[in-house]
Amino acid sequence: MTTEQPALTSPTGPNLSGRRARRQATAIAGFLITLFLTFLGLLAITFFIGRVIPIDPVLAVVGDRATQAQYDAAKIAMGLDRPLYEQFFSYVVNVFTGDLGRSVSTGRAVADDLSRFFPATFEMATLGILIGVVIGVPLGVTAAARQGSWLDQAIRVVGLLGYSVPAFWLGLVGLAIFYARLRWVGGPGRLDIFFDGLVTPITGMILIDSLIQGEFEIFMNALWHIILPASVLGFFSLAYIARMTRSFMLDQLSQEFVTTARVKGVPERIVIWRHAFNPIRVPLITVIGLSYAGLLEGSVMIETVFSWPGIGNYLTTALLNADMNAVLGSTLVIGAVFIVINKVSDVLYRVLDPRAR
Amino acid sequence: MTTRAWLLADSPTSRWQANAGRAYRVFTALLRNPLSVLGGVIILVLLLTALFAPWIAPFSPTGQNLSQRLLPPSGVNWMGTDELGRDIFSRVVWGSQITLTIVLLVALISAPLGLLIGAIAGYFGGWVDKILMGFTDIFLSLPKLILALAFVAALGPGINNAIIAIAVTSWPAYARIARAETLTIRNAEYISAVQLAGGGPIRVIVQHILPLCTSSMIVRVTLDMAGVILTAAGLGFIGLGAQPPLPEWGAMISRGRTFILDQWWVATMPGFAIIIVSLGFCFLGDGLRDVLDPKSEGKS
Repeated sequence: MTTEQPALTSPTGPNLSGRRARRQATAIAGFLITLFLTFLGLLAITFFIGRVIPIDPVLAVVGDRATQAQYDAAKIAMGLDRPLYEQFFSYVVNVFTGDLGRSVSTGRAVADDLSRFFPATFEMATLGILIGVVIGVPLGVTAAARQGSWLDQAIRVVGLLGYSVPAFWLGLVGLAIFYARLRWVGGPGRLDIFFDGLVTPITGMILIDSLIQGEFEIFMNALWHIILPASVLGFFSLAYIARMTRSFMLDQLSQEFVTTARVKGVPERIVIWRHAFNPIRVPLITVIGLSYAGLLEGSVMIETVFSWPGIGNYLTTALLNADMNAVLGSTLVIGAVFIVINKVSDVLYRVLDPRAR
Repeated sequence: MTTRAWLLADSPTSRWQANAGRAYRVFTALLRNPLSVLGGVIILVLLLTALFAPWIAPFSPTGQNLSQRLLPPSGVNWMGTDELGRDIFSRVVWGSQITLTIVLLVALISAPLGLLIGAIAGYFGGWVDKILMGFTDIFLSLPKLILALAFVAALGPGINNAIIAIAVTSWPAYARIARAETLTIRNAEYISAVQLAGGGPIRVIVQHILPLCTSSMIVRVTLDMAGVILTAAGLGFIGLGAQPPLPEWGAMISRGRTFILDQWWVATMPGFAIIIVSLGFCFLGDGLRDVLDPKSEGKS
């Protein structure tokens, strides 16, 4: 892709490149400011949810079995005797220094919990998006190349199913068929029980850790367990990616340069994969970024179904225990990752597409 | 003059005739698309099922009968029975009322809210616009489901709070649309005419801008309904939405989780209901978009 943007790297003169550098600096500053404001907005929302909506935020944090002394201590520790804007300020400072409070149910700091649970989610979502891209993009291209064929119709139905099938339901049905009936995949959890704890966590992602430590059998077992939840997640990104790829490709295929290429006798395979597909790679990055962010969200439901020890499972457990610090911490982390992926894919689009610069 | 000629008259003599004519044209255009007809039929069946649930459901949705527990689908229990011997088909039928209530209330809360915020931002411009849209963009760039979960966690589980949480997270998209529409109409001559005649901002926005935003809003709301149904079912599945013994589809799937390996129908059947209804809204929304708002094709 670097060949497509010579304008960025080859300066045409000292004056011009200086102006360009200044413009880029402004753009980067603008990007950082929006990013910061969006984070602040996210913080304002979680603050509002945690401190303003509950009738008694102290009770929400300490739980209703706390004694009066614990209650008072928590109230002062939370700074609830101070005005709201001061509370918000100290909340922001706390979050930026990595202090998300303590979880009532695990008894550990929420930030520690989250860093322990995040790799499992990351591993599953990444495999999911890989499945989505590897299958979804070719499907979308094929659908566009054979517009109106039965294949196109089938892909259209798959795309709509991606909007109307509940993720948790698909996970359950997948377990019933591929695990219980056919025994093609492993059941809930990341590993079979007798492999548990045999791999020392380095990255926290079992697939990678087991390979590093040469535990090939454990790697296979982990793959056996992750494949179903990742495929279910992948289905949803596949549906979205295929649909968007199809509509981008249809746009390109109706362009005159495609007709010209065909008239000149360029083989159809090259017309599709080079002439038409090359220009849509840039908008596809945005689509893939968006659906990756969506997968992090979707994993909340999937993790519950597959007892997957990730952030989503942590969040739902916290929700049921009314463990507000953990709920808000996970919301904040998922929200932050979501925002960053969104904004970065937006920036990538602008950097890679010469028209958007 | 036939009714059809009256409806399609080139120069309608009353506002009522113009509106009826437009509705008729949209309706006939929709009929030409088989998928949107299918979608319309599904939504109609949902409406009728919800209205006539007491007469359609062969059994009580909550009546337990422990001697009949976990029976597979049969001629008597079309979708089998659950762990308390309740007829799943009857529960799915009654559950349509809950789904319809959630969908309608979310639409009634979030669409007008978004519409108003967007129209105000677009009409006044300047700082009002910057602040309102900054707020909207922040909401838009956050994950909806997670935000809804956090809201329900703070408000407490239950169907009303689930509705509020979903509505609070879905208005920003409508605000964006309403603002874009307002910007295109704001400087139109008929708006200036109203202003010259002394019409204040409230009058202009409510009577002359909002009505023009409705068609794109209807399209968007219909398309979003599938997402609303899935989120509501998800909240029910996690245990934060409708509470037992209410026959909410997501909560029913959650109950069936325990039996998924041997009694697959308990969790599977309500899922089919969710899929069919969501697909219905998708089909209808797609068709409506082609008729009412063809420009927005491909944008999501």
